[in-house]
Amino acid sequence: MNKPLLGTLLGGVLGVFDGLTALISAPETAPDIVGIVIGSMCKGLIVGALVGWYAVRVHSLAKGLLVGVVVSAFFAFLVAAIPQPDGSHYWVEIMLPGMIVGLIVGYATQTYGRAKPISVR
Amino acid sequence: MTWLSDAVVGRLREVATWPELNSDRYEIRRPVGRGGMGTVYAAYDTVLEREVAIKVSNALVPDDGLEERLRLEARVLARLEHPGIVPVHDAGVLDDGRLYYVMKLVHGETLAARAPALATEADRLAVFVRIAETVAFAQDSGVVHRDLQPANVMVGRFGEVLVLDWGVARLVDLIESPGIRVGTPGFMAPELQRGDSATAEPAADIFALGALLTWILGDAAVPRRLRAIADKCAQPDPHDRYANAADLVADLSRYRAGLPVSAHRDTLLERAGLWFTKYQTLVFLIAAYLLMRALLAFFQRIP
Repeated sequence: MNKPLLGTLLGGVLGVFDGLTALISAPETAPDIVGIVIGSMCKGLIVGALVGWYAVRVHSLAKGLLVGVVVSAFFAFLVAAIPQPDGSHYWVEIMLPGMIVGLIVGYATQTYGRAKPISVR
Repeated sequence: MTWLSDAVVGRLREVATWPELNSDRYEIRRPVGRGGMGTVYAAYDTVLEREVAIKVSNALVPDDGLEERLRLEARVLARLEHPGIVPVHDAGVLDDGRLYYVMKLVHGETLAARAPALATEADRLAVFVRIAETVAFAQDSGVVHRDLQPANVMVGRFGEVLVLDWGVARLVDLIESPGIRVGTPGFMAPELQRGDSATAEPAADIFALGALLTWILGDAAVPRRLRAIADKCAQPDPHDRYANAADLVADLSRYRAGLPVSAHRDTLLERAGLWFTKYQTLVFLIAAYLLMRALLAFFQRIP
């Protein structure tokens, strides 16, 4: 499996899982859980694809982890910035786990997955 | 009458056997090693202006058996072009009829001398794998070494590992008279000790590699799977050993990669341990994520 595909799949799966955990960390969101899961999955897919794409070009665990954190933090920020009906924000609840998911995807894409073969001309 | 001291006798003997080359290309400088079959001298190649090593047979008078062995060794070495085998540059006959061949002069120390400096299991295994790879290459080329032991392995100054002394090596398809015993006690396969091996078998080298692996690992606590690999090499019945050195190298590679090895059947717990060791960072990250989620849920419920 190549790195972008690995990142995309892993990001999507973790995104679904991350969305579902809202049922535990914020039970009041249960009526909206389908939308939350779909949104979280899309976020995971995008982050995974970007981090996997980066892993093909740069082979550095440290940089891969950093990019994973930064990219996932950015998208988590966009989601967390959407205010709740009462005007509050789930900054910590969305951003902290999202950043760890970014770390996982960054680590996995740097460590596993097939890099693009070097072409000789 | 004046008695000569041992030192003087030794010196006279050395001078008497000092090779006289019938060519002025090589200048013999000093002896660097002596084995049962030949003596190796450091020499200077005046054409290419570099130091080389020259191996000359020990026979004081031409000995067909010894000469034939040296000729075979030179041919075996010339046939085996590998980074783990000293390359042969030239060969010839001395004025007194003895054979010699010229090879690269390796600067370094024997494995026996280097081993104490190999501090970790990984360092020792890295050297051992290089030896096993060289033997695998030789076996693939139809050659068995038959005298693998620490004194016959050299570690060069750039970290290169060279298998030396192919003097008793034999081509696999060459039939030799039964009863001939070659090798070094402790590293010699039982079938070679009994002298009942009519044809050279790679299994004898596998036994020696196992003994070498046990020796290089020393008294340190050896992991069970690695011990199983050494034990499989040292089986009394050649059929119970690895079929060839390439299979041994493959098993060692699996061991170093944290994968199951063919020499040892892992328990469920050992498999879980291997899996955890291999994926520990990922497991740690996922655990960190779950912990974070659990903590968030916990604090969410505190009014």
